[in-house]
Formats: sequence, C-alpha cells, structure tokens
Amino acid sequence: MSNNSGSNGDAYWRANITLITVSLIIWFVVSYGFGILLHDDLNAIEFGGFRLGFWFAQQGAIYVFLILIAVYAIRMNALDRKHGVDEQ
Amino acid sequence: MDLQTLTYIVVGLSFALYIGIAIWSKASSTGEFYVAGKGVHPVANGMATAADWMSAASFISMAGLIAFLGYGGSVYLMGWTGGYVLLAMLLAPYLRKYGKFTVPEFIGDRYYSKTARLVAVVCLIFISFTYVAGQMRGVGIVFSRFLEVDLITGLVVGMGIVFVYAVLGGMKGITYTQVAQYVVLIIAYTVPAVFIAFNLTGNPIPQIAFGSVITAADSPHQGEYLLHALNDIVTDLGFIEYTDGGKSIIDMFAITLALMVGTAGLPHVIVRFFTVPRVRDARSSAGFALLFIALLYTVAPSVGAMARYNLTTTVQTGEVGSPDGNLAYENRPAWMERWEATGLLSFEDKNNDGRIQYYNDKSTKPGFLPQAEEWGWEGNELQVDRDIMVLANPEIARLPNWVIALVAAGGIAAALSTAAGLLLVISSGISHDLLKGTITPGISEKSELLAGRIAIAVAILVAGYLGYNPPGFVAQVVAFAFGLAASSLFPVILMGIFWKKMNREGAIAGMLTGLVFTMGYIILYKGVFIEPVIANTPDNWLFGISPEGIGAVGMVLNFLVAFLVSKMTAAPPDHIQHLVEDIRTPRATAAAE
Repeated sequence: MSNNSGSNGDAYWRANITLITVSLIIWFVVSYGFGILLHDDLNAIEFGGFRLGFWFAQQGAIYVFLILIAVYAIRMNALDRKHGVDEQ
Repeated sequence: MDLQTLTYIVVGLSFALYIGIAIWSKASSTGEFYVAGKGVHPVANGMATAADWMSAASFISMAGLIAFLGYGGSVYLMGWTGGYVLLAMLLAPYLRKYGKFTVPEFIGDRYYSKTARLVAVVCLIFISFTYVAGQMRGVGIVFSRFLEVDLITGLVVGMGIVFVYAVLGGMKGITYTQVAQYVVLIIAYTVPAVFIAFNLTGNPIPQIAFGSVITAADSPHQGEYLLHALNDIVTDLGFIEYTDGGKSIIDMFAITLALMVGTAGLPHVIVRFFTVPRVRDARSSAGFALLFIALLYTVAPSVGAMARYNLTTTVQTGEVGSPDGNLAYENRPAWMERWEATGLLSFEDKNNDGRIQYYNDKSTKPGFLPQAEEWGWEGNELQVDRDIMVLANPEIARLPNWVIALVAAGGIAAALSTAAGLLLVISSGISHDLLKGTITPGISEKSELLAGRIAIAVAILVAGYLGYNPPGFVAQVVAFAFGLAASSLFPVILMGIFWKKMNREGAIAGMLTGLVFTMGYIILYKGVFIEPVIANTPDNWLFGISPEGIGAVGMVLNFLVAFLVSKMTAAPPDHIQHLVEDIRTPRATAAAE
C-alpha cells in the first residue's frame, strides 16, 4: 500500500480500472465494431454523402478517440484529488 | 520568382529556424539530454509528439495509399490514431510516475534483471533503426525532387541539420525543433487540402467537403455527392467500390490492432511522455498529441478521395467506353508532364490510339474485361506512384508556387522530426542502458553525456548510409517496426504496470516469443535478408493474416507465454511489488524516496 493513501489506494486503483474498461469498450466498438465488423451493415445508413460504416472507419473513430482521452484525463484528475493522491 | 528559388528560400528559412532553436536550447545535463529536464509543457509536448510520430510516410505517402485502397486504407487511419488511447490510459501516466530516462531502464528495474533490459535494448535498436532509414530516404527524395540536387547531397544536408540540433540539444533541442516542425508540416498539409476542397465542393473544410456535393462547374458530376460519384466512376473502370471492400475482415482487424498496439509500444513515442513535469500532464499530453495528429489524419482521407477523383476524371474525360471518352496524350496537363520526368508517372500507349486508358485490367467484376476488350482497350496504360498524390496536389489544383515550396518544407520537416526522435532513443539506449546500465556503471554524468552525443552522431551516419544504400527491407519498415513494437515491448510494459505478479522469467520469455514469432513470420513471407520462403498471398497466410498484421498475433502469444511462465515460476520480490504500487498513484510516496 502506498503510505499516504492507505486502503484508499485500492479504491483509487479500482476506480481507475473501471474507467479504463469502459473507455476501452467504447474504443473497441467504434473502431473494430463500427469501422470493421459492422461496416457492411452500417453502410446501409447514409448521412450527407457518407455511408456510416465508411465514415466511422475514416473519420468518426478518430473523433471518438479524442473524446475518450479528454474524458479520461479530466475524470482521472478528479479521482486523484478525491483519493488524495494528486501531485502537489 | 521561379519555383526553385522560392523553394530554396522557404526550405532555407525553415532550416535557419531549427538551428536557431537548437542553439537556444543546448542541453547541459543528462536529464536535459534524455528527457528535456522534464520541463516540457503538455501542449508543447503534444505538438512535439505529433511531429515525432508523423513521419515522411504519414506526410508523403498516406493520403496516396488511401486514395488507391479506398476503404481498405482505413486500417492506417484507425491504427495510427487508436494507439494514443492505449498510451494515455495504459502506459504514459505510470511510466512518467516511474520517472527515469528510457524504456529499457523501466523494463530492467521492473523485472530486476539486466538480461530483460538488454533484450529490450535489442528490440528498441532494431525497431528504431529500420524506421530511421526510411526517414533519411524520405529526406533525400524530397531534396532531389524539389531542389533538384542528387540524393547524396540531399542526404548529407539532412544529416547535417539533424546532427546540429540532436547532438547539441539532445531531447531538449529535439523537442522544441519538433514543435516548430509540427507547425510547418501541418500548414503545408492543410493549405493545399483546403484549396482543393473549396474548388471541388465549395466547402473549404476538407473533413466536410469529403461528404459534400460536387459544385465545380467543369465536373461531369456536378450536383452529386463526391463519394457517390467516386464510387460510380471507379466501378465503371473495373475497380472495387471506394467505400467498400479491399481486405478481408480478419486481416483488417489484425492490421489495425498491430498498428494501434505498435504505436503504443514504439520507444520514441513512449519516451516523449517522460519529458512532461507531472503525471497528469502525461495524460493530457497524450490527448493533445492525438488532437494535433488528428488534424492531419482526418484531412488525409479527404485528400485521398479528392485526389483519386481528380486523377480519374482528368484521364476519363467523357463516358467510359466511348472512343473519345479518354484524355488524348498530347492534351495532358503540365503537371503530368512534369511528373513523367521523375519516372513516378508513366504512360504506355498499348492500343496505339493516342489516348490514355486508366482502368483495372485485373478486374474481377463480371463481364468487365470482355467489355473493355470490345472497347479496344488493351490494358491499363497509366502507372501512378502513390507518393505523387500529396506532392503533386498543389500543381493539380493549380495553386501558387509558394504552396508547392511549402509542401517541400513540410515533407522535410516530417522526415527530420521523426528521424531526430528515433536517433535520440537509439543513442540513449546505447549510452544509458548499455554503457551506464550494464558495461561501465561507474561512468560520470559528464562522460555519459559525451557518450550520448557520440552515439547519436554515429547513429546519424549509419542512418544516412542506410538511407543512401537501403537494404531491401526499407519498403517493409512499417510492417516490421510496428509488428516488433507490438509483439515485444508493449505486453511486458503493460503487464509490468497492471499485474504485480508478473516476473522476470515471464517478461524475458514473453519478449523473446513475440520477437521471434513476428520476425520469423515477416521474414518467411516478405524475405528481409533472404528470398521469401513462402509466396506472400492470402491463401498461404496463417488464419488469413498478412505479415502487416501478424504483430497482433505475436502480441497475444507474448501475453500468453508471459502469463503462463510467471504462474509457474517464483513471484517477484516484495520491493518490486511496492514499486508497482508506487507507479500506480501520481503522488510521490515515502517508499519511493
């Protein structure tokens, strides 16, 4: 156990793992799911001039990746403070 | 002012800027030399990471690759961006907390083993050298094409510039030059894209123009969606639909995974996150890096589609199959003539009709080939190198000369920034991990710094030699470097953070398994030092996975072997388990002091 977090350290790490798991599920779904495995089915849907599966593979997945990292960084900063393990 | 003078001025100005930054940011300690004194602002580090990451291949080749592959090219777009999610969540913050200088150093400490550190150094040097050779070649090509000097002169100038700022400034100099290089390359990439998007669709934002209606008055598809028109015209010519098909699903899956994990496992990318002041900066910095990368990576597919459309309609001026539907060779535009001179574009009039037929003469579309024969087409007559797509873009869109000069400077910036980052990890692997860590532990900081500078100088010479005299494998660099990074380094770093019981034996066995399997598979099909043993065709591939994607399988094997071996051998000592706990929390603890 790290000294100044005590059993709190476990809760902090568990919260981090949960956040990572949720993020990586979304990461997988938008790229491997929408962009590759479901690409053909999603292509039946069109918006603007884009077929949806194609759009996820060449644009959408990248935008979602950006949002994922931003949310993770913000949530982790809050978690650091909540569990008293932030850098001072 | 003529194009060549203008190009000399723009490229010369960019070089003066890089050297100025190098002098301003001279490194005076090993901390500054290896990790820029850990004082880099996360936004600056994000830009530097983006420039470090985006190589000559991203800048020059990727859009062209996508133009010809269509949907199949998506593996590069997702694969080379998705890795940053892994970096931000699984590696960067913890490695920053660990807080030393190199990736092998972490592996050596975490697995309490000099052998593990040495294996990691070997992987690192191999990955980085194959990669850097391609960059030097890129520098040479841009020089010889735009400045019309021969390849060797281009290489020597490029090596000289990298030498000045990498040897002098180390990581500190490299970081701040990379920030400048990012600015140069992103402007050079987006300016032509904006003009082309505006000309074709009336919308200047390439990401939106991509899905817009064609408005250009001289287009035969005015009023149709760009992607619809593109699908129609390429299928009429026997190619597969632009927005569909190409590679098998399992192969797309494997390549994307290998590229993502490979990105997260590349030492020169990981080490960039050692340079920020705090753990939280490592997280946000990965986000900024991806933001700056996405500026290019979301424009590239748009450029690819527009370039494919422009090229195809330039050649196929009228209805497919009608006798006067094809461009007469004597009426070809000036840019075609100019690029013919470089050999990257060539025309052979197979049916002697004086017109250019550009179509898929190996089409599998039912009834297409007999139909083409009926039209009197006797094979595809136009060969186009994919690298032209970005480099000739400004000319195709009839943009002013200063834009062309800027593209030259951008290509050089992309190649130099990546080369410098790679050279630094090679040099720190030698001076810090081999000398200080293994051979001569008593070495003083001053001597280590000198050794680092000498190592980087030697590495530049070797890279220059490889760039001039490329061994057969430079073209396969991508498959190799990413596959190896994915299958050797990534799993052991990840397990070292997320699984306390992972031990020395598991790490060494895992790294070696991943390395040997992946390298073996690539050599078998691509023949790196030898002739390929097995023909590189989908029927022969293991599970239908190409050598490009095999790193994903190597990674899984590495994880499995590491896990099983760790289970069967003694758990790591207590102080190592404490070290793992310590790197998981951002705040420094007493135990770590």
